[in-house]
Amino acid sequence: MRLKTPLSEKDVRSLKFGDEVTLDGIIYTGRDEMHLRALEYAREGRELPFDLHGAVLCHCGPMLRNEGSKWHVIAAGPTTSSRMDSMEPQFIEHFGVRAIIGKGGMSQPTVDAMAKHGCVYLAHTGGAAVLAAEGIKDVKRVEWQDLGMPEAMCELEVESFGPLIVAIDAHGESLYKRVDETVASNLPNVRKQLGI
Amino acid sequence: MLGSTKLVEDVTVNLLRIAVTSLPDDVLGALRDAEREETSEVGRTQLRTILENVAAADRLSVPICQDTGMLTFFISGRCLPDLEEGIRRGMSRATSEVPLRANAVHPITRKNPGNNSGKGVPTIHYDYSDSDFTQVTVMPKGAGSENMSVLAMLTPSQGLKGIKRLVLDTVIKAGGKPCPPTIVGVGIGGSADQAMLLAKQALLRPLNIGNPDQQLAALESELKQALNLTGIGPMGLGGKTTVLGVRVEEAYTHTASLPVAVCLQCWAARRASARIARDGSVQYSREGFW
Repeated sequence: MRLKTPLSEKDVRSLKFGDEVTLDGIIYTGRDEMHLRALEYAREGRELPFDLHGAVLCHCGPMLRNEGSKWHVIAAGPTTSSRMDSMEPQFIEHFGVRAIIGKGGMSQPTVDAMAKHGCVYLAHTGGAAVLAAEGIKDVKRVEWQDLGMPEAMCELEVESFGPLIVAIDAHGESLYKRVDETVASNLPNVRKQLGI
Repeated sequence: MLGSTKLVEDVTVNLLRIAVTSLPDDVLGALRDAEREETSEVGRTQLRTILENVAAADRLSVPICQDTGMLTFFISGRCLPDLEEGIRRGMSRATSEVPLRANAVHPITRKNPGNNSGKGVPTIHYDYSDSDFTQVTVMPKGAGSENMSVLAMLTPSQGLKGIKRLVLDTVIKAGGKPCPPTIVGVGIGGSADQAMLLAKQALLRPLNIGNPDQQLAALESELKQALNLTGIGPMGLGGKTTVLGVRVEEAYTHTASLPVAVCLQCWAARRASARIARDGSVQYSREGFW
């Protein structure tokens, strides 16, 4: 399934965990330091450099090369999303993002916030940074460069970006929760195998 | 022969380029096997994407993963003067030439100097001996897997069962975060610092080379089999490929201690080695010299 940004609440509510999608349009990168600063701006009533309503946030610290005035992406795989867990529910509520791309999954408060406000989590293959870069057609802007290259906020134009798996949908279902349940049910056998 | 600082600088740049743009044959082989054998559809999609990505990185000669990690160097053999200076210069050059992502930041202010340099960077371990060559091995390791590292000071009575429990708990708790399928490094014994170093060094041994110690070899294969029954799968999305291998190293420890360290390595298990001979000639290998 192909999704085009910006995403509406209806777009994301129609997705189901386990669906495979690709993305066309604009995505914004942001990780630890960007979340901290964005939420600080929100508390102070300041505007972000980008309007994130209906936007796709990507947990990614791309490797960029600057040639003259132009930025080029060399590698841009996802980073571990759980580091943003403590900030994400508030981020989703305040900024109105509709999808978050990352890896490794997010915890229950984020799953709940996604269900409440209409947002999905799209799992990207960790480390598959060259394929990700091939899906990025243009680096439109790089803001907050003082945070360092990995932590800066980039506006990226993407085409057929993916494959992405809907791993947390907007109805409280999570593929990670399902896997956790499978692991829990396998555990007695695994322990028996190890004699522990 | 070039001045040894310049030689080491050049070797470091070459090593880093090899290490971050391609995977050792043993890792690639294990990923291909996993893709063939994986039964979960989502899991297979992850492995297929991984293999396509490795091929693309190789074709374009660019880093496999944007997280080119923090670098750990292992030096052995003949002592070379000004080796550290050569490595530092090489790292700084590689950061712009290869390129590497500028990952090194101050631990508290989080300020990024932008060139991967700073106090204590990179980590270098020395094991000098009377040899005809100097061996330099580098392991770039991303934070996703490094953040899942665990050190436990078990009590001696917890024994082998305690070790197995710790490895299992660590892999389950890490879930999809360290980019599975991972390679699990386990360091048993020594002191606290030595246990973690053993766990990391264990990750250098290729997946197709068994542990020369039969008891540890059996433990490696038992743990691998069991961990792949958990169902965590590629990227934690479910499947039977959770680990590509388990590598265990040990050292004698205090009679009152049982330190155990677990160090997970992501599927992009990057490493490369160089041997610098007395005449300045250099041999490179992604797999290492075994």
